[in-house]
Amino acid sequence: MPGKTIVEKILSRASDRVVRAGDIVIAKVDLAYVQDGTGPLTFRQMEKMGLAKVANPARSVVFIDHSAPPPRRELATDHVYLREFARKNGMVLSDIGEGVCHQVAFEKYVRPWGVEVGADSHTVMGGAMGAFATGMGSTDVAVALALGKTWLRVPESWKFEVTGAFPRGVYAKDLILRVIGDIKTDGATYMAMEWGGPAISSMPMTERMVLSNMAIEAGGKCGPQPSDAETRRYLKEHGREGDWEAIAPDPDARYEKTSHYDASSLEPMVARPPQEDNVVPATDPSVKGLRIHQVYLGSCTNARYEDIQVFCEYMKGEKVAKGTRLIVTPASKEAYVRAMREGLFTILLDAGATINSPGCGACPGVHLGVPGDGENVLSTTNRNYVGRMGNPAAFTYLASPATAAATAMHGVITDPREVK
Amino acid sequence: MGRAWKFGDDISTDLIAPGRYYHLRSNLPELAKHVLEDARADFAPGVKPGDFVVGGRNFGKGSSREHAPVIIKLPGTRAVLAKSFARIFYRNCINIGLPAILVDTDAIDEGDDLDADLEGGKVYNRTKGTELAFPPLPPVMARILEEGGLVEYIKKHGDLVIGEP
Repeated sequence: MPGKTIVEKILSRASDRVVRAGDIVIAKVDLAYVQDGTGPLTFRQMEKMGLAKVANPARSVVFIDHSAPPPRRELATDHVYLREFARKNGMVLSDIGEGVCHQVAFEKYVRPWGVEVGADSHTVMGGAMGAFATGMGSTDVAVALALGKTWLRVPESWKFEVTGAFPRGVYAKDLILRVIGDIKTDGATYMAMEWGGPAISSMPMTERMVLSNMAIEAGGKCGPQPSDAETRRYLKEHGREGDWEAIAPDPDARYEKTSHYDASSLEPMVARPPQEDNVVPATDPSVKGLRIHQVYLGSCTNARYEDIQVFCEYMKGEKVAKGTRLIVTPASKEAYVRAMREGLFTILLDAGATINSPGCGACPGVHLGVPGDGENVLSTTNRNYVGRMGNPAAFTYLASPATAAATAMHGVITDPREVK
Repeated sequence: MGRAWKFGDDISTDLIAPGRYYHLRSNLPELAKHVLEDARADFAPGVKPGDFVVGGRNFGKGSSREHAPVIIKLPGTRAVLAKSFARIFYRNCINIGLPAILVDTDAIDEGDDLDADLEGGKVYNRTKGTELAFPPLPPVMARILEEGGLVEYIKKHGDLVIGEP
């Protein structure tokens, strides 16, 4: 019998039997969460089912992040309902100003070997912790909250083996954009995108998170990664080293597919509208020099302290180009406070940035940076669909924080290797 | 019987339930007035009970927002047909009792009259006089859909008992 992949290991433990890709399991849920866009429907479904009680309140979280603070009466009233439901059930409430659900969940709750489900597609980011983390709809999460379990089909795994050192100006975001460009937005549908190899082992956690975060952009069910010394360091840094446990695939695990990437051959990439697989190098004539009206540094994908730091390494002493706006929305309060304490806000504000409170901000198109008709946005987020940022007549280009900084400085899409 | 409303490949949940209407998510009949608005503006005002949404590849890609299939179903849409579905959207459809059918939609043109036999695994194209077979749902999903969705399933069984070995 061959060895197990990371998801086969986690789902075997969570269902108390040995399971393989293709098996249907009922798995114990370690963490379940909703956000303010999906939570109201989740809780109404629980009420309809007659299960308006939460199985494991301390591991059930309500995040208010997508419209935080709320720009409209309807959304503010949704928040009233969410807070009341959380209070009645003793659930954890992460209110406005705390940050994006996946980022805060990663800092505080996600743990290796956990089955983590969230009513938001980027829940997959938890895979970087060595967890099985997947996004589900409101009704599935309603059941997970109420019963503490969910049904899953154990996914086949696609191994992404990464070697080599990242060149200057090239980041995990460039790697994942390259991968999505290669395998397309439905290339990994229903599959686990498992990451491994020396370049992953030596990658800091905040970069690993980018790779797992965008598994959904290739259709993936999850983006698991090994839990190793770096995972332990991250958990220790966040005061919960006790949550650490190692996980790695067996050397003879069976993969549906394996792909190899050499980080040293990568370059800064840009995903053109209207979807994430429409990827070219930043030097491609179709994007190089393209006028950008708004640069957005935000989202669960790329707005951690480290992303703001990279951005500021480029931006220090520089100004945002005339005719371009720079909007920064740190992913969490942790990122916000650290960037502020370490002087990064001064760099950003001197450059001409607008800084929003932590949350999803402009990414899902609710508020805090909706572009105008005909405008181009260069964004560190994860999706560039028609209408994604709130305006179907605007255009979103996805890139790394470094490319965003180079672009903000010049007002046109710029390869970060061409500055400094 | 109902008519086919054709859509292309890669219809995202942002096209189905646009973010600029986020504030209508607790008012589904209002949100449904904008369903698929950015993909084709004539769908929401024109769709009739019994009609079919017919997509291409990777229908429903993107977010987990269950509001997307809910507002497709709300006007009485019989089923969503596509060559392939994004995973979360597919599961959401079944959970809310909206049939999501994998079929070669190239054999269907805009405005064709369609009918579906879910148990028999057939879509009938009355306009063309053809029938299209589709594979059965995985048993666990078939059972949820038969009960009318996951809410009804849980109300009836009180627990998630499906899929145990």
